[in-house]
Amino acid sequence: MATETTSEVHHEGGHEAFPPFDAQHYPSQIFWFVVAFAILYVLMSRIALPRVGEIKKKRSDTIANELDQAQKLQAQADAAGAAYEKTLADAKARAQSVAQDMHAKLAAETASKRHELEADLNQRLAAAEAQIKDTKEKAMSNVGTIARDAAAAIVQHLTGRPADVNAIARAQSEGGGRS
Amino acid sequence: MASGTAINPIEQFELSRWVPIHVFGRDFSFTNASFYMLLSVALISFVMIVGSRQRALVPGRLQGMAEMAHDFVADMLQSTTGKEGMRFFPFVFCLFMFILFANVISLVPYTFSVTAQIIITVIMSLTVFFLVIIFGIAKNGVHFFKLFVPPGVPIYILPLVVAIEIISFFSRPVSHSVRLFANMLAGHITLQVFGAFVLLLLGGGFWAAIAPLPFVMTLAMLALELLVAFLQAYVFAMLTCMYLNDALHPGH
Repeated sequence: MATETTSEVHHEGGHEAFPPFDAQHYPSQIFWFVVAFAILYVLMSRIALPRVGEIKKKRSDTIANELDQAQKLQAQADAAGAAYEKTLADAKARAQSVAQDMHAKLAAETASKRHELEADLNQRLAAAEAQIKDTKEKAMSNVGTIARDAAAAIVQHLTGRPADVNAIARAQSEGGGRS
Repeated sequence: MASGTAINPIEQFELSRWVPIHVFGRDFSFTNASFYMLLSVALISFVMIVGSRQRALVPGRLQGMAEMAHDFVADMLQSTTGKEGMRFFPFVFCLFMFILFANVISLVPYTFSVTAQIIITVIMSLTVFFLVIIFGIAKNGVHFFKLFVPPGVPIYILPLVVAIEIISFFSRPVSHSVRLFANMLAGHITLQVFGAFVLLLLGGGFWAAIAPLPFVMTLAMLALELLVAFLQAYVFAMLTCMYLNDALHPGH
C-alpha cells in the first residue's frame, strides 16, 4: 500500500498522530473537498435536479390532464346514457299510446259494425215478421173464401139450389165470432 | 491488509499522497481521500444525470433511483422548513448524497472512508452553521436572535435559558460533525478488528476451528454498518434541515 509516504512524514515530524487528527493534510483535504462539493453542487443544481423536477412536473401534468379528460368523457357518457334512457322512455310511452289508440279504434269499429249488423238483423227480422203477418192474414182471408165456397157448395149440394151468399157470409162471421 | 504483520485498525484512515501538489508552500496534494471524494461525486452525477437523461414518463431503474433520491430529500426539507426552505434544496441534496455515497463506498473492502475524516465533517457542519447565521440575519435581521429567547419563559430564569440556548447553538457544529465522524470511524475500526481476528485465529493452528465465528460477526457488522451509513447521512441532512428552519423561522 502507498501509506509509507505519510508514515515517513510522520516519523520525520517526530510524532505519530491519529490520522484523522493529523493537521498536515488539512489544507489538501479542505481544498479537494471544496472542489468535489462545488462540482457536485453545480452539476446537481444546474443539470440533474431541474431535470428531475421537470420529469415530475411533466408526469403530474400528464396525470392531471388525463384525469381531467377521463372526467370529461365520463360526463359525456353519463349524458349519452341519460339521453338514451329518455329516448327509450319516450318511445315506450309513444308505443303504449299508439297501442291504446289502436285498441280504442278497433273497439269502436267493432262496436259500430256490431250495431250496424244488429240494426240490419233487426230490420230483416221486422220485415220477416211483417211478411209472416201478411202471409198469415192473406192465408186467413183465403180460408174465409174457401169456407164460403165450401159452404155454398155444401148448401147447393144439399138443397139443390144456389146458396144465399149473404147468409153464408153472415153465418161465417157469426161462427167466426163464436169460435 | 498485510497478512503476517500485526494488523493496525487505524491504518485504513491514513492518507497517502497520490499526486503531490504544493502551492505557495501549502500542501494541496491529490490524496486517496481526494480520489474517493471525486468518486462519490462521479457516482452521484452518474445516477442523477444519466438517470434523468431519458425523461421517461414511466421511470426505469436508474431514473427511479434518481427520482427516489430527489423526492426523499425534497420531502424531508419541505416537511421541516416548509416551502421557503426549498431554496436550499440543491445544497441539502448534495450534502445528503455526498455523505450517503461516501459512507456506502467506504464499506467496500480496501476503500477509504472520507466521512471518517473529521476535517471533512467539520467543514460540512461549519458550512451549515455559517449558512444558518448569515442567512438568518440577512433574512430576519435582529429577529434572528429571538432564536435564543424561547417564548413563554418566566423573566427570572430567562438569563439562564438564554445562556443555555446560546451554548447549545454554538455546540451544534461540534455534535453535528462529530456524530458522523465518530460513527464512521467506530464502524470501520470494529469491522477491521473483527476481520483481523479471523486472520489471527486462522493462523493460530487449533484455534482456526472457531474462526468462522468472528467471520459471521463481521458479516453482521457489515449489514449494521450499511444501515448506519444510510442513517448517518439521513441524520446529518435532517439536522441540516432543522437548523435551516431556525434561520427561516427563528420565532419558534
